[in-house]
Parts: sequence; structure tokens; C-alpha cells
Amino acid sequence: MKPAFEAGRPHGASKNLEERLEPVRKMLLPCMQCGTCSGSCPNAWAMDFSPRHLWRLLLTRNGEEIFKSRTFVLCSTCYSCTLRCPRGLPLTDAMSMLKQAAAAENVRMHRRSVGFYKSFMESVRRHGRVREMEFMTLYFLSMKNPAIPLRFTPLGMRLMAKRKVSFEIPSRGMGRLDAFFRKAKAVEDQS
Amino acid sequence: MKYIYYPGCSLEGTALEYNISTKSVLGALGVKLVELDDWTCCGATAAEGTSHLLSFALPARNIALAEKMKGDLDVLAPCSACYLNLKRVEREIVLDPGLLKKINQVLETEDLVLKGKRKTRHLLDVLSSDISARDIASAVVRPVNGLRIAPYYGCQCLRPYAVFDDPEKPRSMEPILVSLGASVYEWDMGGKCCGASLMSTAPEAGIKLVAGILDAAQDADAVVTVCPMCQMNLEAYQRRASKMRKTHYAMPILYLPQLMGLAMGLTDEQIRLDLNLCVPDGFLHKLPDAQAV
Repeated sequence: MKPAFEAGRPHGASKNLEERLEPVRKMLLPCMQCGTCSGSCPNAWAMDFSPRHLWRLLLTRNGEEIFKSRTFVLCSTCYSCTLRCPRGLPLTDAMSMLKQAAAAENVRMHRRSVGFYKSFMESVRRHGRVREMEFMTLYFLSMKNPAIPLRFTPLGMRLMAKRKVSFEIPSRGMGRLDAFFRKAKAVEDQS
Repeated sequence: MKYIYYPGCSLEGTALEYNISTKSVLGALGVKLVELDDWTCCGATAAEGTSHLLSFALPARNIALAEKMKGDLDVLAPCSACYLNLKRVEREIVLDPGLLKKINQVLETEDLVLKGKRKTRHLLDVLSSDISARDIASAVVRPVNGLRIAPYYGCQCLRPYAVFDDPEKPRSMEPILVSLGASVYEWDMGGKCCGASLMSTAPEAGIKLVAGILDAAQDADAVVTVCPMCQMNLEAYQRRASKMRKTHYAMPILYLPQLMGLAMGLTDEQIRLDLNLCVPDGFLHKLPDAQAV
């Protein structure tokens, strides 16, 4: 069986994950562990660590431990914690930074959420606008799990019957926003 | 009244009826819309899940395009995710000049420059702040008297930036609903999360949020919303939520401009209730007959 957790590089060399956590740690230093975030989060019940607990782990443990938690991929960006944090910390942004790190390092355990975001962005890169059916097809292909598309088939059929979406074979060739995406990556890698 | 219109990707696909009804209702209220030429995706929540800079550069591209247009018109976005992404650029570049510089490096590839001179407005902000409930009332020819409507705002038009409503206890839809003849269904789920993309990435978590909202709305005649993501989650997953809760949800989930269009006597083609995945006959029978007025 494959391990549930596998960073993009061999064990003991995941320096990138550590590096990516540094700005999040810095941002969260003023956290006083009051738990308002956990009490405000609509998804805290489904998380292995509450948001408050995750912030504590982030400040005291190494990177790999943090990425074994599903907490940050269960953030639905409702901004309730950000709005209420008595320290004024941008906690939703912190969750997003963890998602970005997991995406950049292709953390295997989070492939469902990482694959979803990446497939969406792939369709945007190709056409400038997201094509919903192409995006979902790319997502299903990246998951390599037939159970996932089956779950979406009834909804896909209903949407197609309404002519809101149409079946699309993912396109190839030059993308509308290729240069834009390349430049963003270059600027981001520099800083 | 005139705005630069940024429909966003959903309104060309799964939320087509939101696009059509928004344009029809605003047109009937005398509001002019100029669609932003060559607009692209705002990045939704996917850009934020992959790249910090792209999550700013993608919406910024559209603001930069709007800045090239004549006049100092505001950008109007009916989709809450689009609205928040554009608003976030507007707010954050003021606080972080380094970010603006990086955004502009990316925009160079499109020969665009972001200055930060446009304001982005949510459709609900425009309807509740720029157009008065009195103006809306005077356009009503077929009041939806007796309908109990649950106003559902979702998250991203309210938070984190409190622009036009209370981010915890929103009420901006209420005067509009009253002006249509509806009664406001009292509940405290109006600003609660629908689960957003968790319905795809962690459905076991998302479905509970959907069911919680449908449960709280059970004595309403319909839920109205102003976000394509919320509308899709609440409408499309009722069967699955019913199975989980061993009940039968059959709640119409309309876009606010669809309900406005009904009360304003617009045609079926301008409202497109046929594009909603499910509007039970029971709801349609409750609507006052146009001929009777």
C-alpha cells in the first residue's frame, strides 16, 4: 500500500515544504490560542485538528506534520474566522497558503483538493475562461478513480439537458493565458 | 445609471439564468450595462488554492481592462467569488505596493497596467444602495404577495470586507423582498457557508452544510440567492441531501433577479426559470396570475 503521505521529494529532503511554511508561521505568531476561529468555522466538526489546534502545531512542529492534517483542505473560504479573529489575523489566507504549498509540492494525501484546483486553473490557462465540463473532465482524469466521475454523472446529465454545459474533449495546443501563467510563476519563484 | 458588466465564467454556463435575469431586471429598471470586452476568469477559489500571485493577477487583468474604458464607471459583478476577487485586488494593492508591482509585471504579458482606479460592486450592493427599494416597488406589476422568501447571502459578498451589509447578520435583501410583495422568512442561516467547492473535494463535509441550510428553510416558499456557487450547491444536491437525512427536500432556489423579474412582470425568456434544475410546480402555482392583476 502506498503511504497516505508523500511529499514531492524523498523523505528528509522536503525543505521546500518547510520554506513555504515560514511566511505562514510569521503571520500567525500573534495567535493567542483563543479558539474563536474554531468556534466560527462551519467545517471544524469534520477536521482532524481544529483551526486553533492547527495554528499551534504550525508554530511548534515541522512541516510534514502539518501536511498530514486535512484541516486546511476543509477550509471553504467563508471568512468567518478572519472576520472574527480578535488579533485581526488573516486566517483564511493562512489556510490558502497551506493549500498553495500542498499544490506546489503535490502532497499526495491532498490530491483530491489539489487536483481540483489545478484542473480548474488548467482550463483557465487554456481558454482564459473556465469551461466547466473541460475542467471536470481534467479533474476526473487526474484522479484516476472511476468512482469520482460516476458520482457527478447525474448532475452532469441534468446540466447538459438544460444546455448549460456541453461535453468537451480537453483541448491541446497554445493556451490563451500561457505567457500570463508563465510570468506569474517566474515572478513568484523569484521572491 | 451605468456600470461595466463583468459576468464571470459561471454566468456563461451553469448560472446562465442569473446572467439573463440580471440583465433583464437591470434593463427594466433603467440601468445601462456595458460588458467588459475580452474579460477572463477571476481565478475563483482555485487560483488561491494554487498560486498567491495568480489569485491577484487574474482578477487584476479585468480591472486593468476596465480602467482602459472611458468614464469612471464602477465594475458590476453578480457572482460573489468574482466580486470578492476583484475587491481583494482593489483593497490589498493599497496596503502592499510590492504586490501591485508584481501584479503589473504579470500584466505586462497582456500589455495592461493596473492603477487601482476602479471600484468593484456586487449586484446586491447596486440593487440595495444605488437603486432604492421604492424604485423597485414602482416597477412591480405583479406582487408576489404571500410568498415567504428566505434571503440567502452566502459568504463572499459579505466577508471579509464589510462593504454594504452586516457581515454576520445581513439584511440588505429584505427591503427588496418587501418591495416585491414577499414576506421575509426569518432565519439565521442567511450568511452561513454552503460548503462551496467542498461539494466536489470533500462531499461528506459539504453535504451537511447544504442539508443544514435546507432544514432551516423548510417553512419558506423559496430561497433567493445572489451567488452561482451557493445556488448550485443548494439546488443540485437536494436529492443527495434528502437521501442522507431520509427526507424529501423540494425547495426552489431562485436568483434574486429571477424573483424580481416575476414581480416586475418580465417574460419567461427574461427570467428563465426553466433553466433552474428544479422549480416544483407547487411553487409556480403560488405565483399570482398575471391576468388577474
